[in-house]
Amino acid sequence: MAEILRSVGLDVGTSTTQLIVSELTVENRASSFSVPDMEIAGRKIIYKSPVHFTPLIDKDHVDGAAIGKIVAKEYENAHIDRSSVDTGAIIITGETSRKENARAVLNALSDFAGDFVVATAGPDLESILAAKGADADGYSDRTGKTVLHMDIGGGTSNFSRIESGRITQTGCLNVGGRLVKLDDSGVITYVSPVLEGIFDKRVGERPPLSQLEALADTLAQALEMAAGLRPPTDLLRRLTTAESSGGAFAPAEVISFSGGVADCIETEHPPLAFGDLGPILGRAIRKSRLCAGQYRLGSETIRATVIGAGCHAAQLSGSTVFYRGISFPMKNLPAAAFSPSEQESPQLPQIIRQRRQAFDTLPILAFPGYQAAHYAQIVALAEKIAAAWDAGPLLLAIEADMAKALGHALSLRLGNNTPILCIDRVRLESGSYLDVGAPVGTALPVVIKTLILNTSKEGSSV
Amino acid sequence: MNKQELTALVAELLQNMGQEPAVKASDYHPADPGPVQPENAYQDGDFVPDVTQLDLRKLYLTENPADGETFRKMKLKTPARLGSGRAGPRYKTLTMLRFRADHAAAQDAVFSQVPEDFAEKNGMPALQTMCRSKDEYLTRPDLGRVFDEENQNKLRAAVPAKPTVQIVVGDGLSSAAITANAMDCLLSLQDGLKARGISTGQPVFVRYCRVGAGDAVGDVTGCDVVCVLIGERPGLVTDKSMSAYITYQPHTGVSESARTVVSNIHAQGTPPAEAGAYAAELIEKILQRKVSGVGLHLEAGA
Repeated sequence: MAEILRSVGLDVGTSTTQLIVSELTVENRASSFSVPDMEIAGRKIIYKSPVHFTPLIDKDHVDGAAIGKIVAKEYENAHIDRSSVDTGAIIITGETSRKENARAVLNALSDFAGDFVVATAGPDLESILAAKGADADGYSDRTGKTVLHMDIGGGTSNFSRIESGRITQTGCLNVGGRLVKLDDSGVITYVSPVLEGIFDKRVGERPPLSQLEALADTLAQALEMAAGLRPPTDLLRRLTTAESSGGAFAPAEVISFSGGVADCIETEHPPLAFGDLGPILGRAIRKSRLCAGQYRLGSETIRATVIGAGCHAAQLSGSTVFYRGISFPMKNLPAAAFSPSEQESPQLPQIIRQRRQAFDTLPILAFPGYQAAHYAQIVALAEKIAAAWDAGPLLLAIEADMAKALGHALSLRLGNNTPILCIDRVRLESGSYLDVGAPVGTALPVVIKTLILNTSKEGSSV
Repeated sequence: MNKQELTALVAELLQNMGQEPAVKASDYHPADPGPVQPENAYQDGDFVPDVTQLDLRKLYLTENPADGETFRKMKLKTPARLGSGRAGPRYKTLTMLRFRADHAAAQDAVFSQVPEDFAEKNGMPALQTMCRSKDEYLTRPDLGRVFDEENQNKLRAAVPAKPTVQIVVGDGLSSAAITANAMDCLLSLQDGLKARGISTGQPVFVRYCRVGAGDAVGDVTGCDVVCVLIGERPGLVTDKSMSAYITYQPHTGVSESARTVVSNIHAQGTPPAEAGAYAAELIEKILQRKVSGVGLHLEAGA
């Protein structure tokens, strides 16, 4: 009964670019005497690319065409055909120009359109994928411990706080191993602008090792502040990325590391082994408060994000859903989320109409629904949604398990010619985007992008 | 046991909770007197707490656990009676009470009747199999599958033309399951079939109903598919679980392997409305393939 979803993950980072191919096994967990219950039962990585340096046009801009070539070559090395890829995610990170870079990469990969369900992802999703790729969530689930996972890459560090296997908070700091680059003789070839006011050496200078160590200690202190292990100062605010909700996390029982710098925490490398701060920063972290308590290296370190993108970006909807007249995949559906009280409101049709006007494209309407709904409740909701419908497809995502019944009720009210997509067991918040792939078994693979886990941000994009 | 007797039993057991166990050996020296129970905790006419309202997934009674938090998290995943603690070598009073209450509810579900006005209130004609009482129903499964002439005529009157799909609601072994779930499932099933352009006959209610009663309904109505919503034999986790048995071209003597079943329909399992919607899709598939049960599985696998 098992079906295989082939998924590709591509991580275009500040310093490195990687690709993995994985196979997700989708199985019906329920007995044949029950309603199906599809789940991703296995994740197997079938190909890992070497770690490429990210090709750049200038210091901030990714060379999209070169990325396209890397991807084409890696597809060849992995012996996979473009048409055999079902889903996947491209994660583009960087200190600056994230949007421009995303566009450049997307244009270069237009040949691969259809392969990748996700185009770009913000730092929140990146944090989640890194934590999952490093199995920090699995560790937390198995041990019941609260874990703060840090993926320390070239330009940024992504944080996820995990409680009992559930990611509850994310954040991002401009702390990474390649904020300063040096040549073999120790002469600086690059200093990231985020270090303005923190590090006063310029390109061409040759600082003594002690000054680089002092910088690494400062960066490690910023990480300590973010981890709630040191009182936050202005340093934390300065290094918090613009897109991140920022702030310090509550201290966790275990700190978990991934990213390129994580490889330098337990393993001693010569300071200039990689022409950057990595080994020095790794040592500073090992001596810092971050490693004073219980800490662990992720099951994956430098590959955590790409594995997260390849293996964990896709989820499944509920197994009883309703769709008609919809062609898959559907991409970048913006979510318009409604609260339980809005769902109950007699004015819901007007609220839906009003909310929909805020979107240029057709949004997917997200409702909490009702646990073990009475059919009368489903009919009442269908009546209100149908009243707000004008023309065109109707897209719905419900949190509670009731999509098929709601889909039927809507179909009766809107007629057989209205395209309807009604999925459940998916929780969407306003500001997030949804991609929906072709059915596997009775479920639909979905990818939720730019998850906003910090409520402070909610509503800003409504 | 009726409700009043049960209430009295619970009250009596709760009253006894504060008493010391009878000393059975001369060297019995309780090290810890245990929690002090207020005297006369309950007055005459008071309601005693309903032990069946406690969520088994959250009820954790082990004293001084090494890692209670982790156990609680694991317990959330199962309604099994884990982490019940103990009183010496025995269950704690609360565990014992809950077990007896759940067992009683299971028995009640079997022995109680779907209310007289259930069928009428929901616009269904009420039929009865050849069984004349609950006792006969339980001891004579064969009679729960057939109708006398009078009931056959009632069915003919209710469903005059041959329907594509005939829905039957039957009490089965749990009246509680039918009262709690049948209508949400039935209405959703009807709408689901309608949305798929499949016609249904007037649904009927059958008292003292076995799954096989659907075959007899098939004989009389000539329907292409019968769907029997029936109460499942209750267990200790829920007494409200319902199943939908779907048979293509039902007739007396049809093989059990020709039935497609959707089980575990209740609030904590598959929600009844969603189960009805799923059954509608299954019925569409059964009508297209012209086969149900094992044959449908084999075809789907091929």
